[in-house]
Amino acid sequence: MKFVGRPSNRVARSIRRIPVLGPALLQPLGALGFIIVLLFVLTTILAPWIAPYNPIKQDIKQLLKPPSVQHYLGTDYLGRDLLSRLVYGSRIAISAALPTIAIALVGGLFLGLLSGYVGGWLDNVILVMLDSIQAFPGLILALAILALLGPSFRNIIFVMGLAFIPGYARVTRAQVLSVKKNDYIEAELNLGASSARIILMHVLPNILGPLAILVAMDTPVVITFEAGLSFIGLGVQPPNPSWGVILSDGFKFINRSPYPILWAGLALMITTLGFTLFGETLRDVLDPRLSGTRGL
Amino acid sequence: MLLYLFKRLGMTVLVLFIVMVFLSILVQFVPGDAARSLLGPRATEDQVLKIRSLMDLDKPVYIQVAHFVWNTLHGNFGNDFWTGRPISSYIRDVIGHTAALAFSSLGLAVLLGIPLGVYSATHPNSWLDRILAVISISFITLPSYVAGLFLLLVFAVRLRWLPAMGVGEPGNGVDYLRHLILPSVALAITWIGYLARLVRTSLLEVLNTNYVRVAQAFGLRDRVIFYKYALKNALIPTVAVLGVGLGSLMGGAMFAEVIFSRPGMGSFIYNAINARNFPMVRAGVLVIAFMFVAANLIADFVYGWLDPRIQLGETRG
Repeated sequence: MKFVGRPSNRVARSIRRIPVLGPALLQPLGALGFIIVLLFVLTTILAPWIAPYNPIKQDIKQLLKPPSVQHYLGTDYLGRDLLSRLVYGSRIAISAALPTIAIALVGGLFLGLLSGYVGGWLDNVILVMLDSIQAFPGLILALAILALLGPSFRNIIFVMGLAFIPGYARVTRAQVLSVKKNDYIEAELNLGASSARIILMHVLPNILGPLAILVAMDTPVVITFEAGLSFIGLGVQPPNPSWGVILSDGFKFINRSPYPILWAGLALMITTLGFTLFGETLRDVLDPRLSGTRGL
Repeated sequence: MLLYLFKRLGMTVLVLFIVMVFLSILVQFVPGDAARSLLGPRATEDQVLKIRSLMDLDKPVYIQVAHFVWNTLHGNFGNDFWTGRPISSYIRDVIGHTAALAFSSLGLAVLLGIPLGVYSATHPNSWLDRILAVISISFITLPSYVAGLFLLLVFAVRLRWLPAMGVGEPGNGVDYLRHLILPSVALAITWIGYLARLVRTSLLEVLNTNYVRVAQAFGLRDRVIFYKYALKNALIPTVAVLGVGLGSLMGGAMFAEVIFSRPGMGSFIYNAINARNFPMVRAGVLVIAFMFVAANLIADFVYGWLDPRIQLGETRG
């Protein structure tokens, strides 16, 4: 924060004033992360204009071609343009991540408030539920359910949402407990304040910061989760160009062309790195206490 | 201590029970006739009847659950639908390979991650520390299947230095190790980055404590302070995390096993899914959940034993 107290640096000061995001944008790695995230979002929005070809159009005369002037990143085993598939793949990534995070956020907030605020036996029941969900590595839980119910997009979102709920519930619960300990809450309750008022006025404002960090940190995890499921064949189904599907197609022809794996792998790598850099900087700026608590 | 131990154990038993019940009633959520949709459209009427009785699907739900829990507790996952061989014997055949993979990955992570973290903490904000910070984050965020595919592409397909598939000839130890290298590295990368950061953070914290400052005031040499006092305490959180790591590596081994065509718990589940063999999927998933929970429990106890302060506080945050 070396810009503070240097009135000449107007740009830095106005960036600082952007609510929530501002301080993070002044850190080099945070800014880099933000740019990557921004490019990713732009790609999802502008996909039809960026992609030179239809992502599922096959061309049997152009199988597994290396990068060229016609196909900037080459083609896959059905002669589909890899750049177009990657670009549209970003849409699948985001359309899986957003509803998943939304489910986890709403579900986790609800369970966390309930268990933290009401407490008692309900708290214990909810904790045991969360523990049971977390008894599985996330991927394995998803496999068990998807193997049975089938990998429809709705099921994938549901399963991933379920796997991410405990994180949000625990953060919410911890915040509720720490707010509830304050004397002013006791005072306000004695003055006749309703629970709804306590939750809205005191608990929620305290939860928003940690939850925002969690969302930023979880988005890349959900994206790699979806791509991983799709790679195994239990996620988004071909011919849809999920990055995981591109990897899985590339894996089958790994001896003939490295490009599908190379590009899709890089896309995943850069996107997750961007979100994580941004999320971590956000966390360090918003809540230094949490620093280093979540690295996975 | 004893109370904490019992509470934690009781909780674990309860969780495992819920996990078993959950896996056995999961089949109720299959739309339509479960037996028929498990087997797929080409199943014959005989097969449908057979799997229905094999999985107790013709009995009331509470009997299904009771049977499943009872059998599981006796290490009995039933016989495979197609071959008639006990499912547990399949698992016994492959679980060693997954354990070898998980342990070698964890070993790699410790051997590389801890020294990197120590270097960063002793040279904070040096240029190498900054570079290592970015590398660690990249390692942490790199999905293990991308790492695996890249390694396969470079070292097996292009350079042909290391084998791409399987576990090597039976009985040939050197060959086994050669086959273990790429999958272990793929799986370890995340944990190398994670341990490097964790060690850096906790070591920096310890180096700022009063007892280190007192030791400096007493004129102890930096090296003595560092290795005799600081590092020991700084590694406590790391040791605790390793248990969690072992559990999640067992679960995360699936991608490495599929990519490098290794036998193991992950590829066992993967193959069972592709064969629409749900009893096998369920058994594999359950075994991994048990190992995962056990590893977490052990990690908790080791942590409590190494750092007696934590028993006083809440066990769950």
